[in-house]
Amino acid sequence: MQKKRAYSFPDEVLEHVFSFIQSGKDRNAVSMVCKSWYEIERWCRRKVFIGNCYAVSPKMVIKRFPEVRSIELKGKPHFADFNLVPDGWGGYVLPWIVEMAGAYPWLEEIRLKRMVVTDESLELIAKSFKNFKVLVLFSCEGFSTDGLAAIAAGCKNLRELDLRESEVDDLSGHWLTHFPETCTSLVSLNISCLGSDEVSFSALERLVGRCPNLRSLRLNRAVSLDKIANILCLAPQLVDFGTGNYTTELQPDVLSNLTAAFSSCKELKSLSGFWDVVPAYLPALYPVCSRLTSLNLSYATIHSPEIIKLVSHCPSLQRLLVLDYIEDSGLEALASSCKDLQELRVFPSDPFGVEPNVSLTEKGLVSVSLGCPKLQSVLYFCRQMTNAALVTIAQNCPNFTRFRLCIIEPKTADYLTREPLDVGFGAIVEHCKDLRRLSLSGLLTDRVFEYIGTYAKKLEMLSVAFAGDSDLGLHHVLSGCESLRKLEIRDCPFGDKAILANAAKLETMRSLWMSSCTVSFGACKLLGQKMHRLNVEVIDETEPPCSRPESCPVDKLYVYRSISGPRSDMPPFVWTMDEEGTILH
Amino acid sequence: MEKSYDDTNTEKSGLRLKDTELRLGLPGSESPEREEHDQNVLSLKSFVSGAKRGFSDALDGGGKWVFSGGSGGGSEGLFSPRRGGNNNGGNDLSGSDSGLGGPVLKDGVAPKPLVVQEKKSQVAAGNGNTAPASKAQVVGWPPIRSFRKNTMASHPPKNDNDDDNAEAKFGSGCLYVKVSMDGAPYLRKVDLKIYGGYKELSSALEKMFSCFTIGQCGSHGVSSRDVLSESRLIDLLHGSEYVLTYEDKDGDWMLVGDVPWEMFTNCCKRLRIMKSTEAIGLAPRAMEKCKTRT
Repeated sequence: MQKKRAYSFPDEVLEHVFSFIQSGKDRNAVSMVCKSWYEIERWCRRKVFIGNCYAVSPKMVIKRFPEVRSIELKGKPHFADFNLVPDGWGGYVLPWIVEMAGAYPWLEEIRLKRMVVTDESLELIAKSFKNFKVLVLFSCEGFSTDGLAAIAAGCKNLRELDLRESEVDDLSGHWLTHFPETCTSLVSLNISCLGSDEVSFSALERLVGRCPNLRSLRLNRAVSLDKIANILCLAPQLVDFGTGNYTTELQPDVLSNLTAAFSSCKELKSLSGFWDVVPAYLPALYPVCSRLTSLNLSYATIHSPEIIKLVSHCPSLQRLLVLDYIEDSGLEALASSCKDLQELRVFPSDPFGVEPNVSLTEKGLVSVSLGCPKLQSVLYFCRQMTNAALVTIAQNCPNFTRFRLCIIEPKTADYLTREPLDVGFGAIVEHCKDLRRLSLSGLLTDRVFEYIGTYAKKLEMLSVAFAGDSDLGLHHVLSGCESLRKLEIRDCPFGDKAILANAAKLETMRSLWMSSCTVSFGACKLLGQKMHRLNVEVIDETEPPCSRPESCPVDKLYVYRSISGPRSDMPPFVWTMDEEGTILH
Repeated sequence: MEKSYDDTNTEKSGLRLKDTELRLGLPGSESPEREEHDQNVLSLKSFVSGAKRGFSDALDGGGKWVFSGGSGGGSEGLFSPRRGGNNNGGNDLSGSDSGLGGPVLKDGVAPKPLVVQEKKSQVAAGNGNTAPASKAQVVGWPPIRSFRKNTMASHPPKNDNDDDNAEAKFGSGCLYVKVSMDGAPYLRKVDLKIYGGYKELSSALEKMFSCFTIGQCGSHGVSSRDVLSESRLIDLLHGSEYVLTYEDKDGDWMLVGDVPWEMFTNCCKRLRIMKSTEAIGLAPRAMEKCKTRT
């Protein structure tokens, strides 16, 4: 008997309605309403986000979503940024490109983060997708300028090429000449990570000159200051600009030319780059400062007085990245000048020094929390902290969504009371009800995890290092944090009990990373056996875990949910515990 | 424990030409005892016969620089207990105790590569240690991306106070260079700063690349997913030798081991374990270059 679909719209109407729903989460919700909505939705899904490239196979994605135009993939775990994931672990994009080359001839956008991208992959992209528009390689590696040349030459409608923070084998700057003279479609070009001393500057200038829609241009360090003025004059419509090195011999004309060039950029809102800054040239920026919403000075080795001078010209600033040369005094000035500040990142200028080299303490952050009511996102490296300061900060900024504090020396206590910083971080999670991301540091006991488990209900990502006393700490987090998706832990005394007791929780999360903890090999095997939709990877570069007793702790553990089973591209130092208790390798 | 940074700094701040003079071997050095597994050995000998000093000669007066087969043989690896605490006081080539924080094997815990940690700090929870006078460097801490570290390291921040220390700041942090091996499917990266000298570097590389030659989990045969094809493997085991080379700041490829360690870490951009057949013609011009540089 054919079921009559009463009260439902024709598919075309539903499809049209769904086209207004952009967010992946909402789309996922739509697809679960009923079978017919699932079907309609999957045929009109154009954009897919895959947070872990090993959670699902390319074939599965293609099968469900046959008409995708834009894909975003993430590979290695976050701690790979800090060299904790050995090279060769994985995250290869080639298998994805190969499958998509056949299935998605109209693919337009590929965004990758922490993946291994080879020249072969780039060549395949250039060859396979006729309407390719956007390539973003965030923190990727494995490719050279040869691959970039293929992209430049092959993608006739390229709009965006963004290589932020990727590691590129810089063979020559001439890849830029591979952009054909007919290419006028560029909107965004970010080559700030390239090291080559010979960027083909003339090719760059010609390219910039012929792309009237270019909105974002980030140059690399090799481009010297005297070349900037020319570039800016060719592209006064830029909204986002990254300089090369900000230094050149002091010549009378350079400053005036530069100032004039910046003045001509009426739309400029965001600046970055600033390697090797000569402070005398900073005033060239003044014409744009009042409109500036984002400023990245995190490579600029200028000191507090110069930073203060610059920042006090920027009342509209929403985002500031800076080195700790800004010091407490600079942060105080920031707090009084930049009332719209939403995001602050303060990086250490001398992270490996034993003694502090600048006067940047908890006081700076407290000033900013007091003066900037819209502050939402903080990354702060410092050398001392108190519970009192953290409590004040929490009370001043209940709107924090991201709070990452890195006290440089592990296990540093409250320097006034000598106590752990449990209460301080507890205040953060208690007051900041929308907190999605938190990184802890300093001396911390299991108590801080109790606070986190109790209050941090919206927390999605937690990073922990050198903290806690026992499995109870980990248990608090796994059992209490309802929204937890990513948990990364290093050098904490967390072992088997908490993980095994909360095994089911792990399937609700994207991933768990634990290194230099006390999880035993036996527990890993058990976890892999019991939880069929988890990949339990044991990583050990010194020797195979099976050559030691099962009670021995594993060096590194990476657990992630997956519907495609253990991966087939594991290097020799990674073992996966599978359902039968055998160890795949 | 003596402060590890000072040694490296003072040696680095001035190029001492005396260090580049020809010498036959490390004065007073002890050669590391290495087990030699005849079957499963990749022996690295300095290939260039005309060279005054090759990499292995520089290490220990002509001994072989070998890949020991299994993983067990590596007590001479990166984390071997310090021999007598102070290797050859005046010896530049081995870098004496400029290794950052000695590897601590007090607990008898299996040593891990690339993680130089004070085990003490892990065990003593909740006692609010203040920073010890000499800081042991921990891998991946503070959490700063390599991109940032490398950017700051190559041009250390200008410091009004002390020019000598400028290099020390980010420079003493870490210095990741890529290591490729002919025939291996992917590159590795090593932080030159955590090694005290050529011996430690060679042990670490041995460990890192031995997985390409021998299967794991106790078998001495080819693993089921052998990384290299079987015929290649046989080549490695029974035939060709490898030399360790590096690319310097000028883009030239040189044999590793000719110059003092600090000089090497300053000018090494990347490493390559290359087949000795390809290394023909690589002359140790390092000494000449360094002389003309100053």
